[in-house]
Amino acid sequence: MSIAAAQQSSKTGWIAGLTLAVFFVCSLCVGVSDMPIARLFSDGRALELLLVSRLPRTLAAILTGAGLAIAGLIMQTLARNRYVEPSTAGTAQSAELGILLITLFFPSASLLFKSLAASAAALLGTLLFLMTAHRFPPTQPFLVPLFGLVYGGVIGAAVTFVAWQADLLQYLSVWTNGDFSGVLRGRYELLWLGAAMVVIAWIVADRLTIMALGRDASIGLGIDYARMLQLGLIIVSVISALSVVVVGMVPFVGLVVPNIVSRLMGDNMRGTLPFVAVSGAILVLGCDILGRLIRYPYEIPVGTVMGCVGGLIFLWLLFRRSSDV
Amino acid sequence: MIRIENVSLRHGQTQILHDISLTIPKGGITALIGPNGAGKSSLLSLVARLQPLQAGRISVDGWHVGTTPNRDLARILAILRQDSIVASRLRVRELVGFGRFPHGRGRLTPDDYAVIDRSLQQFDLTDLSDRFVETLSGGQRQRALVAMAFAQGTDYLLLDEPLNNLDMYFARELMRSLRTIANENGKTIVIVLHDINQAGTHADRIVAMKSGRIVADGTPSALLTPKTLKAIFGFEMQVETFDNTPVVLHFR
Repeated sequence: MSIAAAQQSSKTGWIAGLTLAVFFVCSLCVGVSDMPIARLFSDGRALELLLVSRLPRTLAAILTGAGLAIAGLIMQTLARNRYVEPSTAGTAQSAELGILLITLFFPSASLLFKSLAASAAALLGTLLFLMTAHRFPPTQPFLVPLFGLVYGGVIGAAVTFVAWQADLLQYLSVWTNGDFSGVLRGRYELLWLGAAMVVIAWIVADRLTIMALGRDASIGLGIDYARMLQLGLIIVSVISALSVVVVGMVPFVGLVVPNIVSRLMGDNMRGTLPFVAVSGAILVLGCDILGRLIRYPYEIPVGTVMGCVGGLIFLWLLFRRSSDV
Repeated sequence: MIRIENVSLRHGQTQILHDISLTIPKGGITALIGPNGAGKSSLLSLVARLQPLQAGRISVDGWHVGTTPNRDLARILAILRQDSIVASRLRVRELVGFGRFPHGRGRLTPDDYAVIDRSLQQFDLTDLSDRFVETLSGGQRQRALVAMAFAQGTDYLLLDEPLNNLDMYFARELMRSLRTIANENGKTIVIVLHDINQAGTHADRIVAMKSGRIVADGTPSALLTPKTLKAIFGFEMQVETFDNTPVVLHFR
């Protein structure tokens, strides 16, 4: 990286880190119950509120945002297409199917076990998507996301059908629409597993960047392409499944964040991956705060807010792109 | 030395390569020529372990392709495929830097940076090194890819039609650069070429393929004769000698 580029990225890094810190503090302060900061340490109830509800909720939003942004980035690398992400290409829907089936047959399964089932289902669903996506000609870049939408839609329809038959439709909305209002201490910690996946992604960032150059280039540079594909699949599936199980699906994060970061900084993941993670965290936390404020004291689920905000950003990206060319 | 023994390849019902045996000694430029669909690219990708070997054996410097670990081969041999697309937004210097991946697995040492600088210089990319690859012209992009293969620092370079997209000036520059690195660095270069006069001017040896078989093999002056060329490409062409170099007038 050149000196100018390095300086620019360190400046962007400061801005991103500072924004996240500000959002973090805001998120701790915004809520229905009164939590005066001045009396935080003298008033036992205020401290309890912070530790049991506000802090877990804030951390959950950060972990979900960072994880989903990275999952999107890796999915785009694996599919070699910028317009796919877990929630639009069958990964999230497969995870929902997995958790639905496990709820149906083993209603008393623990959250961890449900997460495992959801991850396994997400893995299978994503594998099928990728195997098909790799058959499309690279000259038709929009076939892959279109196929993803149809594929995800079909699995989603199957999920709805099964849920309807089993009278579990109400459960379903818990997984399909992301919402942090139910997050309490002891009910979000699985998301740290997603953070571990982000760390793994950062460790193999160079390999991922090379994978984006294609199979032949990867093999030529001595990378075990098949193994990396498996690793990428696991990262995407586990992160998506955990988000679905713990907070429900949050759309668009994995789509818009990697695209914006790529536009600003390029695709050398050794440098950009931390920004993708931090920006994802900022976006989701910001949307959650917004959802808490819009019709205070009531809440709008983050999935809904994100659907609007993310959709608008995505449209802007698409139009910007066509005017660039 | 690249040793290819009794290699055959088929895709479904189509036999792509028929029992090919070929030895390419260390050093120099070997050009693979022949009509479209002759199997040149397939042969190259088999040597570079991009597809599994179905029949026969291939070794590079005594290392058997297929049993040698991928990352070890990546330090012996580099390949540039035809029509490589760089869809990622990488700067030229970053792209060339990834050529060093087999050596440090991503960690660049001062030596690596020196190699990267030399590759950029060798292929006239120093001024472009901070540009994103996607903003380059087709020819510049092609040079960046060749520079990346060169930065890999392997003794063997396999290039599949690297002159695609290059204008006359840069095609000549690239061939001269390859000549230089073959002479000065002792590289062994195997290159698929469609421009027969580039092969005649810059290669030490020409191997001609047709329908999955090797049909001729020799020095440019031995191979570029009207009779042999007709056997390879199926039409008459005049060959003149200019400065001891055979020039094929194939466009007449």
